[in-house]
Amino acid sequence: MPVTTDRKSKTGQLTSRPDFHSTPRIDQVGVEERASRFTKRSLKKDTKLNGLRLVLNMIDLTTLEGKDTEGKVKQLCYKAMHPHDALPGLPTVAAVCVYPTMVRVAKKALEGSGIKVASVATAFPSGQAPRDVKIRDTKYAVANGADEVDMVISRGKFHAGEYNFVFDEIAAIKEACGHARLKVILETGELGTFDKVRRASDIAMHAGADFIKTSTGKIQPAATMPVTLVMLEAIRDFYYETGKMIGMKPAGGISKSKLALHYLVMVNEVLGADWLTNEWFRFGASSLANDVLMQLAKEASGLYQAGNYFSAD
Amino acid sequence: MATTKKPIRSKKAAVAKTNSIKLKFDTGWTYAPAPESKSAASINKQYDLFINGEWQKPESRKYFDTINPATEEKLSEVAEANAADVNKAVAAARTAYDKVWKKMPATERAKYIFRIARIIQEKARELAIIESLDGGKPIRESRDFDVPTAANHFFYYAGWADKLEYAFPNRKAQPLGVAGQIIPWNFPLLMAAWKIAPALATGNTVVLKPAETTPLTALKLAEIIQEADLPPGVVNILTGAGATGAALVNHPDINKIAFTGSTDVGKIIQRAVSGTNKRVTLELGGKAANIIFEDAPLDQAVEGVINGIFFNQGHVCCAGSRLYVQESVAKEVIRKLKDRMSSLLVGDPLDKNTDIGAINSKQQLDTILKYISIGKKEGAEMYESNCRLPNKGFFCRPTLFTNVAQSNRIAQEEIFGPVLSILTFRTDDEVIEKANNTPYGLSAGVWTDKGSKIFNLTKRLRAGVIWANTFNKFDPGSPFGGYKESGYGREGGLHGLLPYIELTS
Repeated sequence: MPVTTDRKSKTGQLTSRPDFHSTPRIDQVGVEERASRFTKRSLKKDTKLNGLRLVLNMIDLTTLEGKDTEGKVKQLCYKAMHPHDALPGLPTVAAVCVYPTMVRVAKKALEGSGIKVASVATAFPSGQAPRDVKIRDTKYAVANGADEVDMVISRGKFHAGEYNFVFDEIAAIKEACGHARLKVILETGELGTFDKVRRASDIAMHAGADFIKTSTGKIQPAATMPVTLVMLEAIRDFYYETGKMIGMKPAGGISKSKLALHYLVMVNEVLGADWLTNEWFRFGASSLANDVLMQLAKEASGLYQAGNYFSAD
Repeated sequence: MATTKKPIRSKKAAVAKTNSIKLKFDTGWTYAPAPESKSAASINKQYDLFINGEWQKPESRKYFDTINPATEEKLSEVAEANAADVNKAVAAARTAYDKVWKKMPATERAKYIFRIARIIQEKARELAIIESLDGGKPIRESRDFDVPTAANHFFYYAGWADKLEYAFPNRKAQPLGVAGQIIPWNFPLLMAAWKIAPALATGNTVVLKPAETTPLTALKLAEIIQEADLPPGVVNILTGAGATGAALVNHPDINKIAFTGSTDVGKIIQRAVSGTNKRVTLELGGKAANIIFEDAPLDQAVEGVINGIFFNQGHVCCAGSRLYVQESVAKEVIRKLKDRMSSLLVGDPLDKNTDIGAINSKQQLDTILKYISIGKKEGAEMYESNCRLPNKGFFCRPTLFTNVAQSNRIAQEEIFGPVLSILTFRTDDEVIEKANNTPYGLSAGVWTDKGSKIFNLTKRLRAGVIWANTFNKFDPGSPFGGYKESGYGREGGLHGLLPYIELTS
């Protein structure tokens, strides 16, 4: 990509900003075909078992409702630490994802467990707020103990072609995050084309995202395999260009184990073994965990158990 | 641009830093074997010749083995038809033509063809397994491509049978008589469908010879034809090798020869029929150019190139075996190709996860290995993926050559294996000239985001089929065939009816 402007980051390092108008083009038919090819892999025995455990360990267990209460968040945290005690030796989930006001509760509940607290911020899910409000929102979450911040981009500005605005906003939130890792939600369901998904991914990564994430979960369509593939390929190109690893989080719409395993196949074959850990790949999901548990229990006993055997937190 | 010096320097530093970057595809999550069960397929110990609607012992009294190229184990033995057997089959086809098939109302003919299509669908799983066992292609391909496309071909031409007067308005489409059809080993069932379906739809009768290394699905098709209750002699299937084919081509009572196979054999056939009344169509070799421009969607182009050359172990006459990539993106495209190659799994054709199966025969493997060593001697740079190969059977790693020159043999001759030659270009005119600089002209691929460029190239490339931003796509409704030494005549679509009819007013 041609370089148009330069900027100095806080550390005094000179970084270059690509011309985001000329990001790589994506062919929709080709992407959809490639994505469906991953679903043709047949996963059996240990491959399946290891995959399911990995999926469980990659979940950002999420509750993002107006009706969320401290009690609900505490229950969710317990579930995160003890996914299904009837099956000993299970991994925990990766993180619990909540609104900023619930961060303190989650942080306390998860103390010592190693499970991260992720907080949505920047006027999630719409992002319709002035920048200083978004920065305050972020700082509040971090001050309350958030290990990770899930921000939304300003889709209106993006569609208007104001890529510098979007870039600067992400960079400003990254700065406000301090040590917390930043996930940038592109809300791909509002972007419309794969070309734009690729462009938004490039902007986010160059502006300092640690993770790029598909969706808020409040808009349909949320995560799909083709859209995730486009983002994984953007991550791969960025890695070759800069040497910097970026994480990926598809969110919303992944509620079945089989589909989650297809996503793992995709990560495995696009980015390789280094990304097959919850440090670099997450599932934003609420109901996926129980389906994974049901499959794991079935692998252990040979029988499917009814849904009521798994806690509905 | 205010400053130009600094970013260039920092970019250089970044390049130096990132040169060592490599993604890890060989460690981590591997897939446990997921083999398709052989029990769903029944293969007889021995097969006779299918003549006049029944199984007949060969006059030659000889049988030959057909093996599984993935294990080198014998699957079955099939009859070797000699000239006397060919005589019997052609006579049966002639009688069926004169007495039954040409007189039958077209709607009735169509019913039989529809029936064959439906039975293929019913037996899809068994046919896919046998196709993979006998030919070495991955079950994913025989299951998702070969068998369904074969059924679709019968469905498509069944539909034309009673509509020929609409296909050729104001003219009368007359059948030719008995068609002798010789098919290759790369898509055994599908090629049988390509040949038989249009011949039957237009009212001809058929003597078909499948390739000697892959006779089994054609013999299964004979069983299906029996089950469909096709009148005896309308389709006859003779197994055998080159001599059987020659006897068929030279038989005086054949009206039409349809051949798919190598250019060398095509030339022999062409010579053999000269001076006779036989009509001929030939679908021969290829050395397709796949062209990537710098503005192309690169990841999808790379996927297209991978499928273009590694589909069916590269045993595809229209395989995109010459890649022309624009200089400015060559490095990136080659890196992406190598990454993609490392996730291709080579192995047991019956494993559902296998991407590249077994090479069809020892002979073909030797040919491929010969070309790989020629490529190295010619000074091209070879790269192969580092996947593990099974101990037994005929296997070849996906391979690519960079720094290939237009004059290299690996850029000129058809290898018919999983070997890609990569060349670079600068301008549109240059690539068009290079792409056309081949004795073949079967297919080509163009990858660009610019519609005008697609039209410019498709107009000027001499190839029968040109794909834009995709590759190796087949549909019964779309004609297929070549220019130059890739042969003549078209199969598929309305064009595919023409080789089997005489148009009168």
